Amino acid sequence: MKKALLTASAAAFALAASAGYAAARDQIQVAGSSTVLPYAKIVAEQFGETFSNFKTPVVESGGSGAGIKEFCKGVGENTIDIANSSRPIKKDEVKSCQDAGVKDIQEVKIGYDGIVFATDIKGPDWALAPEDVYKALAAKIVVDGKLVDNPNTKWNQVNPKLPDWDIAAYIPGEKHGTREVFEEKLLIAGCKKLGGVEAGKAGGLDDKAAEAACKAVRKDGKAVDIDGDYTETLARIDSNKTGVGVFGLAFYENNADKLKVATVSGITPSTETIAKGEYPVSRPLFFYVKKAHLGVVPGLKEYVDFFLDDQMVGPEGPLAEYGLVAAPEGERKAQREAFDAGKSL
Amino acid sequence: MTDVTLDTVATATPPARRDIGLKRRYAAERRFRLYGVLAILVGLAFLVVMLLSILTKGYTSFWQTTVSLPINFEEKVIDPDNKRATDPSVLVTANYPALAQKALAEKLGIDPKNKPMMTRLKGFLSDGSRVQLRDVVVSDPAVIGTTRNVNILAGANLDSAFKGQIDLTVPEERRKVSDQQVEWMNKLKADGAMAEHFNTGLFTFGASSRPETSGLGVAIIGSFYMMVIVLLLALPIGVAASIYLEEFAKKSRFTDLIEVNINNLAAVPSIVFGLLGLAVFVNFLGMPRSASFVGGLVLTLMTLPTIIIATRAALAAVPPSIRSAALGLGASKMQMVFQHILPLAAPGILTGTIIGLARALGETAPLLLIGMVAFVANYPATPFDPATALPVQIYMWANEAERAFVERMSGAIIILLVFLMAMNITAIVLRRRFERRW
Repeated sequence: MKKALLTASAAAFALAASAGYAAARDQIQVAGSSTVLPYAKIVAEQFGETFSNFKTPVVESGGSGAGIKEFCKGVGENTIDIANSSRPIKKDEVKSCQDAGVKDIQEVKIGYDGIVFATDIKGPDWALAPEDVYKALAAKIVVDGKLVDNPNTKWNQVNPKLPDWDIAAYIPGEKHGTREVFEEKLLIAGCKKLGGVEAGKAGGLDDKAAEAACKAVRKDGKAVDIDGDYTETLARIDSNKTGVGVFGLAFYENNADKLKVATVSGITPSTETIAKGEYPVSRPLFFYVKKAHLGVVPGLKEYVDFFLDDQMVGPEGPLAEYGLVAAPEGERKAQREAFDAGKSL
Repeated sequence: MTDVTLDTVATATPPARRDIGLKRRYAAERRFRLYGVLAILVGLAFLVVMLLSILTKGYTSFWQTTVSLPINFEEKVIDPDNKRATDPSVLVTANYPALAQKALAEKLGIDPKNKPMMTRLKGFLSDGSRVQLRDVVVSDPAVIGTTRNVNILAGANLDSAFKGQIDLTVPEERRKVSDQQVEWMNKLKADGAMAEHFNTGLFTFGASSRPETSGLGVAIIGSFYMMVIVLLLALPIGVAASIYLEEFAKKSRFTDLIEVNINNLAAVPSIVFGLLGLAVFVNFLGMPRSASFVGGLVLTLMTLPTIIIATRAALAAVPPSIRSAALGLGASKMQMVFQHILPLAAPGILTGTIIGLARALGETAPLLLIGMVAFVANYPATPFDPATALPVQIYMWANEAERAFVERMSGAIIILLVFLMAMNITAIVLRRRFERRW
């Protein structure tokens, strides 16, 4: 009896597995950045509604790195077709892709995203500069040409114009794609401006180590890594009215009745200032297409074309409405042409 | 009177008692009871806070605002070149939102040529009207050229405003609903055209980027497939394994080792099973990503130890006299197990299985790695199609920026809790009904 049961289960198992092999995939599979996810979802949904002959693509979240890793698993039906990413693909990732047989990868830039600092709506106006952020949140800051442990506990010690609040910042955790922009455009930029790199080198560090020292965030609880999403950051601000949170521009715009946004280097973040390149803390968003799957997975080419169409990524499209900053017209046109020409990395 | 006699008795015969610390021991007991009550109260308080916050946030998601509009299915909008007889696809791609927009403008008395006013109408109705009206036309093309009342879903922000979830005292430019839209909303409300209805979409729609057209349909089907797979695989395997271990296997180092491992597996974090599933089922066996079949297999692995432990306990609880009696009457060992022990242990096995299933129903972590935490809009026709699960949908909605998803998330939690409660109550009822005490 036991044997019969076991054999029956094993048989069911094997049968099911082979059925899985046999069914051809007729649905596009996308994975990657949680920043790109809402945009990909909007496009996927409208794609499914517009093209009745194709199924709505499946969009997984999980982060840029994880998405690219899945993408680079190889070519075939049980690998994904598109990886969303909030940063350009790295050289070693391209290499691991090629080692796994993913020879041709097409890069598509969909637009820009900005991260903003925001406080509770009832708080005073905030004007930040990269230096302020560095001085408030870095683990070591420059004092008299030397790197010392960060002594600041209040924002007005950092910059007298800022309010007399205890430093409490909720910043994206290390696995977030946003963290890199935060480090690069704020911490490192501020550090360089204040001569932190030179101070580090004077202290016997090489170039790389000096930069790493710049972007190291203080670990004494004043800067809190948020590994979840912006909803969690918002909840932190709700419970600590003198906290400062880092949000995506789209998230802030959706919750503008609860949050007040800070200017960075005197620029108020908005789709306009980001598109013009004035607002410093922004980054391009990408997705990567597996060329070998074009023409094999039904609808893949149509999906990318649909995504790049001005009615999606254009300044009047639904993605812009959600908070994506549309690329300038010339750039959008170049993207379409590059994709049609089959240009790969 | 009685006091006096008692006193006199007490003073008359002073008992030569040892001090046995009676007072101290009673005090200790009272303190312990107090701690117990406090512990229960703390637990209850947390439970009440959690349930209250979920219920107060979530109950509104079971209602959805709609606008009842007389839609004129104009031929010149839907099928301007009169091609539908030869090319039915024009019915699918027609500009249906324009029909809804026009009907709304008419209802509100706005001139369609007044462009600034028309743009303010944007977002008042859900873009889901495209699918809604398309379904009407495709199912019955005869409707073209006629006028019919259709309940169009209101846009998510209007829905929130209608339910009073948007603070209208903050300045207009800082909220998602304009004063003009609020005025229109109140007008339609007074007309009775705009009203809340039971939100069937919450149970039938798939995932969507618009709160008003997103629902748990795909998640419920995915969870159902997975539960069926877990039940079909984990129950026979688990019961067979426990019967062998409990009734047939000789106690040896090897069986001890197996026992330790099973107990260990029951405590392994569920994400580990997800990693295993990714490596074995998806990468090695090449099964499809995001499929509920793979999810079911992973959850089976996770549930197996729970079922084995529960089944072994249930088998061990059957008194040895039953075994001896069966064997004494000439039953074979197998007859003894399947005709006497197993029926008596069945309630315990079922309870364990249901509790294991309930735990599997609430799992997200192992599904993350096999690609089931995803945006899936189409119903999965088979367990091999991409699908999500109930807790996954809750997680996905928790990540959304729009306010209207918050109530949907809480609504989904309520639905999941109802499922879990139903399963646990079934377990209790089964136990009560069939349990035998010796």
